[in-house]
Amino acid sequence: MNVIYILWLRELRRYVRSRAQLVASLGQPLLYLVALGFGMAPVFRKAGEGSYVQFIAPGVICMTVLFSSIFSGMGLLWDRQFGFLKETLVAPVPRIQIMLGRTLGGATVAVIQGLLVLVISFVAGFRIANPLMAPLALLFMLLIAGLFAALGTAIGSVLENMQGFQLIMNFLVMPIFFLSGALYPLDNLPKLFAVIISADPLAYGVDALRSVLIGVTHFGLALDTAVLVAVGAVLLVIGSHFFSKIQA
Amino acid sequence: MIRIDGLSKKFGDFTAVDNISLDVQAGEIFAFLGPNGAGKTTTIKMLTTLLEPTAGTLEIDGLDPREHPSEVRKRFGIVFQDPSLDGDMSAYENMELHGIFYHVPRKIRIARTEQLLRLFELWERRNDQVKKFSGGMKRRLEIARGLLHTPKILFLDEPTLGLDPQTRNQLWSHVKHLNQTEGVTVFLTTHYMDEADRVAQRIAIMDHGRIIALGSAGDLKLRTGTTSLEEAFLALTGSTIRDESASSSQQLKDFARLWSNRR
Repeated sequence: MNVIYILWLRELRRYVRSRAQLVASLGQPLLYLVALGFGMAPVFRKAGEGSYVQFIAPGVICMTVLFSSIFSGMGLLWDRQFGFLKETLVAPVPRIQIMLGRTLGGATVAVIQGLLVLVISFVAGFRIANPLMAPLALLFMLLIAGLFAALGTAIGSVLENMQGFQLIMNFLVMPIFFLSGALYPLDNLPKLFAVIISADPLAYGVDALRSVLIGVTHFGLALDTAVLVAVGAVLLVIGSHFFSKIQA
Repeated sequence: MIRIDGLSKKFGDFTAVDNISLDVQAGEIFAFLGPNGAGKTTTIKMLTTLLEPTAGTLEIDGLDPREHPSEVRKRFGIVFQDPSLDGDMSAYENMELHGIFYHVPRKIRIARTEQLLRLFELWERRNDQVKKFSGGMKRRLEIARGLLHTPKILFLDEPTLGLDPQTRNQLWSHVKHLNQTEGVTVFLTTHYMDEADRVAQRIAIMDHGRIIALGSAGDLKLRTGTTSLEEAFLALTGSTIRDESASSSQQLKDFARLWSNRR
């Protein structure tokens, strides 16, 4: 058996074992889908944009994938705190393999979470526009998850303790989510705002998912894919660089 | 097997390890003693590639840990002073992970896992999550895991902390056995002088980051004119109690405890 595989498996085992956390982590997406999805529906319809649940479901899926993957990367902090990190750091294994195993594991869990939210959205009335494109949604979820799991690993490698956690949450994770267009259309926005949004990698993830699930796109699927792959690759390199520099 | 020359480690203004030099021969059991905060664990961390030295040179089996970290990591096993288990995994899974990390062939891994878990009386609980274990059981599992692969050098950083005499006895007989049959070099730290006296061929005493005495237990007693190693230790290091400043990982633990209590 191989190191990457066993660390991937470890993330999955942890996920399956913490059922309370599993349920809790679905509460927030559900709230967004129901409270915002139904609450904003009349205004959205009046503006001539159609069904709001239909519109935000891909965004809420992206939100779930974002939170789940970035926190799995930052799970490094917990491993550091409970000491298990040392065990992995002294192992005669290239650290890139350790980082890859963790990242892939975290990304897989995030995709499973995203799929669960997709199922919940069906209950809330969401319908896929073109079922032939749907399998691509899985691919994009994986890209988004990998990108942010790598970012989480980079952050987890640099932070020494939990004190920085709130800072990261409020000044990185939440802005990434709120500036991604997950909750509103990106057309006709103020110029400066549009520029800021175009610097948010999740905006391309949301756009890609919307494109394959409901056939609506702002940047175009080609650009979405290119940005996600490029930023993901860069973050993977940065993440493994910081991970290899960890001292205990 | 281990060569340390002019090794120093500074954390800001604080000098944790101050210009120490030391050789450990292949097949030797070497004890590293000292009061809290003397720099023992910091030295072990530098030897095991977890920390970069500020100055000086290190060699493990002829290799510099800074230049060949992976090669060096293949050569040693370590039982850490503080916990390093994965609490969400079962005892068996912790062993499995370790075996894979150290490239222990599957069959050997399975056989040795059973042997070691039985030796340290954890076999019945092998499928329980480690976070449900008592402190002593966790400690035993750490030790069993450290012995799963047969390294050239075994670092034991206060391995018997919090163990009952039975388990301590098991541990040291097993370590001695490994040393005699497989020629494993052992580098250990402990606060129990009787253990060092019993198992170690040579002892170094460290205080305030420096090595203040080095020799066999007999040498140290002779030099200080005392009859037990404990007395020799106190004669060399004085009887004041040392405080260790809380490290960042300790602060993190305190924070996590607070946090998990709140939930």
